[in-house]
Amino acid sequence: MPESNLLPLKDRMKIPRVRMPELDSQVRSRNFQEVNLGLEAADALTEATRCIACAKPACVIDCPVGVKIKEVVALIYAGDYLAAAAKLREDNALPAVTGRVCPQESQCEGGCVLGKKGAPVAIGNLERFVADFERASGLLGLPAAAPSTGKSVAIVGSGPAGLSAAGDLVQKGHRVRVFEALHELGGVLIYGIPEFRLPKSIVKSEVDNLRRMGVEFETNVVVGKSVTIDELMHNEHFDAVFVATGAGLPRFLGVPGEHFNGVYSANEFLTRVNLMRAYQVSEYDAPVYDCHDRDVIVVGGGNTAMDAVRTARRLGARSATLVYRRSEAEMPARLEEVKHARQEGIEFRMLTNPIEFIGDEKGWLTGARCMKMELGEPDQSGRRSPVEIKGSEYILPANVAIIGVGTTANPLIQSSTPDLKTTSRNYIVADPATTRTSKRGVFAGGDIVTGGATVILAMGAGRKAAAAIDDYLTTSEW
Amino acid sequence: MYKIVAARNVGLNIKQFVIEAPRIARKQKPGQFLILRLHQRGERIPLTIKSSDPEAGTVTIVVQAIGKTTSLLNCLEAGDSILDIVGPLGQPSEIENYGACVILAGSVGTAMALPTANALKQAGNHVIFIEGARNAEMVVFEDEVRQASNETYVMTDDGSYGEQGLVTLKLKALLAAGRKIDFVLAVGPVPMMRAVAQITGPLGIKTMVSLNSIMVDGTGMCGGCRVLLGNKSKFACVDGPEFDASLVNFEVLSQRNAMYRDKECESLKHFEKHKQEELAQLRADLVTSEIETSALESGEPDLASQEAHHA
Ligand SMILES: Cc1cc2nc3c(=O)[nH]c(=O)nc-3n(C[C@H](O)[C@H](O)[C@H](O)COP(=O)(O)OP(=O)(O)OC[C@H]3O[C@@H](n4cnc5c(N)ncnc54)[C@H](O)[C@@H]3O)c2cc1C
Ligand SMILES: Cc1cc2nc3c(=O)[nH]c(=O)nc-3n(C[C@H](O)[C@H](O)[C@H](O)COP(=O)(O)OP(=O)(O)OC[C@H]3O[C@@H](n4cnc5c(N)ncnc54)[C@H](O)[C@@H]3O)c2cc1C
Ligand code: SF4
Ligand code: SF4
Ligand code: FES
Repeated sequence: MPESNLLPLKDRMKIPRVRMPELDSQVRSRNFQEVNLGLEAADALTEATRCIACAKPACVIDCPVGVKIKEVVALIYAGDYLAAAAKLREDNALPAVTGRVCPQESQCEGGCVLGKKGAPVAIGNLERFVADFERASGLLGLPAAAPSTGKSVAIVGSGPAGLSAAGDLVQKGHRVRVFEALHELGGVLIYGIPEFRLPKSIVKSEVDNLRRMGVEFETNVVVGKSVTIDELMHNEHFDAVFVATGAGLPRFLGVPGEHFNGVYSANEFLTRVNLMRAYQVSEYDAPVYDCHDRDVIVVGGGNTAMDAVRTARRLGARSATLVYRRSEAEMPARLEEVKHARQEGIEFRMLTNPIEFIGDEKGWLTGARCMKMELGEPDQSGRRSPVEIKGSEYILPANVAIIGVGTTANPLIQSSTPDLKTTSRNYIVADPATTRTSKRGVFAGGDIVTGGATVILAMGAGRKAAAAIDDYLTTSEW
Repeated sequence: MYKIVAARNVGLNIKQFVIEAPRIARKQKPGQFLILRLHQRGERIPLTIKSSDPEAGTVTIVVQAIGKTTSLLNCLEAGDSILDIVGPLGQPSEIENYGACVILAGSVGTAMALPTANALKQAGNHVIFIEGARNAEMVVFEDEVRQASNETYVMTDDGSYGEQGLVTLKLKALLAAGRKIDFVLAVGPVPMMRAVAQITGPLGIKTMVSLNSIMVDGTGMCGGCRVLLGNKSKFACVDGPEFDASLVNFEVLSQRNAMYRDKECESLKHFEKHKQEELAQLRADLVTSEIETSALESGEPDLASQEAHHA
């Protein structure tokens, strides 16, 4: 319990959870500004007061990287935000990101005892507050780097896994070089998650910080094509390689008509809008098929589908409909996104599955033939599996259809590195404790090992890899 | 940043560039391409690598100005730089000793087919190159084509140079003359490739076509480049760009390539009105990018952001 916390426990528990101020839903559904506006210091203090500083904080257990939430909250309560930020960074390299995008309801906040009776402490919002304060203060001290070890590490992929590994390794005195296939750094944080949930400037400032710490970045390098892992190790003399290439390959439905103009993968749609900035049409060159005044449907129920449908809305879609084959309870998207999407006028069409796309004679999409579904027995994932209702077919009109039903492993490294063991679904096999692969000196972590997961898990894997790589470089033992 | 070390016009609206890109130069194989982006607001476009010099660390590309990005690119000269270039991408051409090979290509497609023609010739094939162009002015790289082949034909639509007619006319003539053909490669506009496939398909001649679908990332990440082969979807950037012509659904290819036509026309018109400003802006942007990165790397954050604001 924070020493200075003088309010009795009982009273603290009576304080209602502080609401995150939001941009008005009418306004924001027409622009790309961030939806959540962030807490004021006074609100953060009130929210911090709610924490009853449990002896065995369940919140910490349920955070995948074990952020010392109780201590962070106590420091907020004491008004020492920079110390709170430093405490956060002991376990979490990207707090401004995770505070915004972690599925808190099933992680830290899901564990918080206050949630048993009322609303849990708004841990995500506090995390964001502290990280934003630190960034705005400009007082973010660069951690001292250890003297150079003379060893070097190549990191493939600049998503959360790669970036967090880079930060830890450079601090240990190793030379670190990150290779990224795209022209911008940040992985899904840049090309996938839209500006209105995670402003690009946040990711950029984290990357800039790493640069100042001495991390080298080389964009436009597709490892497996521009250079292979073996060449990195033998010709460019990297002592170890960390593969963090993510699970970026789009999955399509495999139904007839997926080639009609207007059918996109969520990856392409979001990449065009985020990475190529197609939403600033007057300034940027890469076009995206016009959503303005059109009917847009998005297939899927995860964060990706949710981001796509809300993006379509912002591009001026007449109707933006989410089509999901299970019911809302099974949707894997973050709770807050579902809430925000509803406020923005997204239509939810649950228990519906497209079985064919239809188009006109010129090849333009006109609609999706859909089947109504009902929930049957639980499947392997424990979720009740959807079953088609016979004879329930109907046509949902659409000019744009975006498929956001998940992704699979990026394959270019695996196919060019024959001695790297992979699973039957082409994910890289890595020891969960050490992130070691079947190839000496090569480590792997993040979505390329686990399949599409979360930012915090990828980041955790990056830090675990950094520790294991440091160990390997110091002992030379495999 | 990738420096242009040489640039020259090689035909009407067609320009050849030699660019410093050492990583790509080291790895490039015939049939592969690169993707470039000119400036911070630019789109990513794919271009075939015509040749590379691993020692000098340079690659050569040939660009036909047809839309905004290619037009702006063709305004650049030696000494200018290109912001982003990634590659080599795609599967290399399958080079084997097939026997007699016919290569059909038109205008810029000629440059795209040259590296493969060279490799086929070196692998011991008898290479017949049929180059097509609208008129004499559009015939490009004739000397290089002659060098890369054992037999060369130039066809022009108006007969102003070489023989009059389409490249497929010559292909038919060769077949009618009883020439044995073991392998065909067609690189050019969709209607030409489709016509070739229609001729060679029934004869069972192995025929490859290089598909110019619209691309974004070039690494298999977006699926925008997907083409229909039989009833299977393939990604042109990682599975191609060359595919077995007998399987390609050309209808779907032309339909998908027309997807952004209206927008592209608009942006080309806008560009033509503001060509000089766009070029000046591009050059200024590149200077800013360069200052920003070098400042960050030398640990001077404030300089970086200040310069970025002033520019
Ligand atoms: C639209 C969308 C929304 C999401 N929303 C959330 C959310 O709200 N909360 C949450 O926790 N998670 C969310 N996720 C999931 C989360 O973003 C990922 O789990 C996480 O980014 C994985 O991190 P990573 O570092 O493993 O890979 P990535 O972030 O995928 O980064 C991999 C990087 O490697 C690069 N690369 C790939 N192959 C090569 C190669 N051969 N050579 C060089 N570079 C290569 C890629 O270009 C990419 O930049 C979302 C994902 C998507 C797509
Ligand atoms: C594998 C491959 C290799 C290529 N090699 C060459 C080459 O060596 N030399 C050359 O001059 N051209 C080449 N092209 C074509 C070149 O990429 C397009 O001409 C260029 O993208 C047009 O851009 P733009 O902005 O100037 O024109 P736009 O106004 O954007 O478009 C004009 C036309 O180009 C097509 N196009 C537009 N954007 C793309 C894109 N991102 N990818 C593919 N096509 C697009 C459109 O279908 C449109 O009809 C190649 C294409 C592919 C796929
Ligand atoms: S990292 Fe994510 S799960 Fe952990 S405390 Fe922060 S918001 Fe919660
Ligand atoms: S579980 Fe909730 S109340 Fe307990 S320490 Fe964690 S945040 Fe505070
Ligand atoms: S260009 Fe994106 S998958 Fe081929």
